[in-house]
Amino acid sequence: MKTKKYSTGSTILTCVFVVLCLVWIFPIMEVLINSFKTNAAVNLNPFSLPDSESFAGFANYIKGLTFGNYPFLKSAGYSVFITVVSVALILLFCSMSAWYIARVDSRFARLFYYLCLFSMIVPFQMVMFTLTFTADQLKLNTPYTIPIIYLGFGAGLAIFMFVGFVKSLPLEIEEAAAIDGCGPLRTYFRVVLPMLKPTLVSVGILQTMWVWNDYLLPYLVLDLTEYRTIPIHVQYLKGSYGSVDLGASMAVIMLSIIPIIVLYLLCQKHIIKGVVAGAVKG
Amino acid sequence: MSRKRNDGTMVNSRLIRRPIQRWFPVFILPTFICFIIGFIWPFIQGIYLSFCKFNVAKDAQWIGIQNYVKALSDPGFIHAFWNTAAFAVVSIILINVIAFAIAFALTHKMRGSNLFRTVFFMPNLIGGVVLGYIWSLIFDGILKYYSTYLTANATYGFWGLVILVAWQQIGYMMIIYIAGLQAVPEDMLEAAEIDGANGWQKLFRVTIPNVMPSITICTFLTLTNSFKMFDQNLALTGGLPQVIQNGAKINMTELLALNIYSTYNINKNWHGVAQAKAVIFFLLVAVLAIVQLTATRRKEVQQ
Repeated sequence: MKTKKYSTGSTILTCVFVVLCLVWIFPIMEVLINSFKTNAAVNLNPFSLPDSESFAGFANYIKGLTFGNYPFLKSAGYSVFITVVSVALILLFCSMSAWYIARVDSRFARLFYYLCLFSMIVPFQMVMFTLTFTADQLKLNTPYTIPIIYLGFGAGLAIFMFVGFVKSLPLEIEEAAAIDGCGPLRTYFRVVLPMLKPTLVSVGILQTMWVWNDYLLPYLVLDLTEYRTIPIHVQYLKGSYGSVDLGASMAVIMLSIIPIIVLYLLCQKHIIKGVVAGAVKG
Repeated sequence: MSRKRNDGTMVNSRLIRRPIQRWFPVFILPTFICFIIGFIWPFIQGIYLSFCKFNVAKDAQWIGIQNYVKALSDPGFIHAFWNTAAFAVVSIILINVIAFAIAFALTHKMRGSNLFRTVFFMPNLIGGVVLGYIWSLIFDGILKYYSTYLTANATYGFWGLVILVAWQQIGYMMIIYIAGLQAVPEDMLEAAEIDGANGWQKLFRVTIPNVMPSITICTFLTLTNSFKMFDQNLALTGGLPQVIQNGAKINMTELLALNIYSTYNINKNWHGVAQAKAVIFFLLVAVLAIVQLTATRRKEVQQ
């Protein structure tokens, strides 16, 4: 008898999982459907599909971009800026520090490394009030300077992950580069950095997910009348619950999660690997 | 001259070590300064201020352990602690059992298992605040049919948060379990089968003992995640409903992290108490993390 690739049992299991998956994406579908309904329809019947009367088309999206006392695109712009700059700084400076720590291995380097390990077990609540004071004192309370705080607070995990990887790199390559006349800076950028690529991807994804979704740090540090990020924007919408157009709020939520979902579908293998790498080690 | 490293290899001092060390200001100084601004200094100041009465950092007055006494006698904080503990226990069991079951099913030959994995993992990528908003609308929508709402009853808020967090984290734990399950030696399972073990026996006697490291990791991850939970808590119920017990206000669905935050916002007399609570919270999370570390290390040695 020829072995069947899939048994009946597995077909049943597949059906169960199809149902389960539908349950899983239900919350997102719910937001998507409601984003095309009028405010009254969302209020009255949040689970119905739009009919000819309650269908609002893209009006909610157009409204969502402008309504409230703060334009959504501005929040999105600040979110993108803060995330890109912070992650770039973290990747560059932490990988450089990690190389220094792994190769120089002085007393100072060790101290710094242990402080990094220590910072990984400290919850944000421990430092949040005092961090706000420091940020105000040093005038770090704008989107243009907040990446410095992200670099400082995110350094622990990033350096830990980079050091682990640098230690596994063969010394001979760097020695060869040095013999050929490369200074440390050139050795680092031409030889070490390219070899770090897998860890750069993992750390980059991990930190991007953190900075992009972070609510409390920018909320406490930034001057909110001038600067908001997407999570702050959404929380403000929820705060004005009832007085705000629900259909348009749903459109805003959709706009804020679509980029993440698209990015995820495009490079999910790296994302899953990156996100999990941080947890298993930490 | 060379310096011996822990792993026995030598770093050539003249070629590698010294030249890098000369570039100290470029390689390590910027990160270290930011690390002091973003972590070291706030941490030290945080410990100091937990013994002070303060509004802003400059007007701090040393008052000893009064803040800690006040924090530990605050019924809202005690309630938040037990609430967090209950939440942690429920979510650990729920998330790990379901995540393991899904991972177990997905590692068997099945059509579309990659697609399923993609879908289950997706909620992880959405921020806590957005998730809280989405689910508060769904719960309010459902509860409307029973003419009530989410923040009317602490039980709704508690289970609402459990459902939200399960939905968010099951996919994540599933990935770790899948990696663990794929490493279970195939020949061991075959040997068990030849010896006449049935499906359940294979699961409990072969598979589960082999994925114990993954189970330890996931258990502790859900534990620390539950203790550090903030965004979802804030966005779903914000700690409501509030009840008054013996003259003290208690936010019924508040977890520890949110309690610290809201204590700070009561008024400036509570700033020091909030910071003291934060230190207690830090010690609690640190102990959990260290226990986790030793537990996972021991498991790795056993392998």
